[in-house]
Amino acid sequence: MNTHLIKSLALGALLAASPVYAAEYVIDTEGAHASILFRVNHLGFSWVTGRLEKFSGSFNYDAADPNSSSVTITIDAASVNTNQAERDKHLRSSEFLDVSTYPEITFVSTSYKTNGDGSGVLKGDLSLHGVTKPVTIDVTRVGEGDDPWGGYRAGFEGTAELKLKEFGIDYNLGPMAETIYMDFNIEGVRQ
Amino acid sequence: MAVKLKLKNDDDCYGWPIISLHWLMAVAVFGLYFLGLYIIDMSYYDPNYKTLPHWHRSLGMIMLFALGLRLLCRCVDRAPRALPGHGHATRLLTKTAHALLYLLMLTALLSGYVMSSADGHAVAVFNWFSVPALPIEMHHQADRAGMLHYWSSTALIALSCLHALAALKHHFIDKDSTLTRILGIKRETP
Repeated sequence: MNTHLIKSLALGALLAASPVYAAEYVIDTEGAHASILFRVNHLGFSWVTGRLEKFSGSFNYDAADPNSSSVTITIDAASVNTNQAERDKHLRSSEFLDVSTYPEITFVSTSYKTNGDGSGVLKGDLSLHGVTKPVTIDVTRVGEGDDPWGGYRAGFEGTAELKLKEFGIDYNLGPMAETIYMDFNIEGVRQ
Repeated sequence: MAVKLKLKNDDDCYGWPIISLHWLMAVAVFGLYFLGLYIIDMSYYDPNYKTLPHWHRSLGMIMLFALGLRLLCRCVDRAPRALPGHGHATRLLTKTAHALLYLLMLTALLSGYVMSSADGHAVAVFNWFSVPALPIEMHHQADRAGMLHYWSSTALIALSCLHALAALKHHFIDKDSTLTRILGIKRETP
């Protein structure tokens, strides 16, 4: 075998291994067709909801090979908004997110396992308040296909459940507020 | 010695409006500062978690109005003459310190109002009336105004202590009428 043949075979093997529709999607934050919301229970009476306004990210997804999916998201911690200026000030302070020391919240996926019905289990590392912990998110594909403007989009939703104490945020808001739920609505435009 | 209270300042003594506003603010400056520090450290489950900040804001807004009134008094009335024993440097230092006290009070009170009125929230004064928010909005207004509020208040306390020490020094060491004339006490032999 000459080197040319070896190169051809190697290239062919590579093409066969790579998914046909493998594509990178950029999360559509510009058009605000993606959002990161969170909920914390207030003393057992109600829910305080908020948003993390500024974030960016991308994901790799292929319907033919969903288990190879991956996602990376970077959030500007200072963009926390619960529609109450003085509470948001408190959340940005050193008693909570400490945004001057830890300006970014990041999520980097480590694995995705499809359930075979458009949903799946996404595992990844969440870095929050300078602490990185593995989290598991149940993900559902909302839809994918051509958009009306010549692009191709795919969108997912999922909720992460985490305890602030595990990320070193130990302000006592009461037993009902120990768990925080982060709701991700992620729509991406295929590149 | 005799206590003589007059409406207007004269050469040797302050009038009662300035005297009462001065002492009211002396109490308010220290009271609000330490109340503020106490509020910062309160836990979420403190029974006073909601009432004390409400009082702090209310008293602050009232003090802001009182400061406006005081500045108005200063504008329409002359200040008493500088004491003959005070040299050029003392007079300059005094004027600077007094101007700074006014500036720091104004900064501390306004930043408190701007912080509390972020996001267009009206600031309630003892469920009595409320002051609407300014029509302008800044990015992270509460955080920025909060920093300014903390540092201007802290500087105000430091300068107020110096102001009090200076008054005591004039009274006990120089034995002049610096302190007595803001108490409304007129000495027979000035």
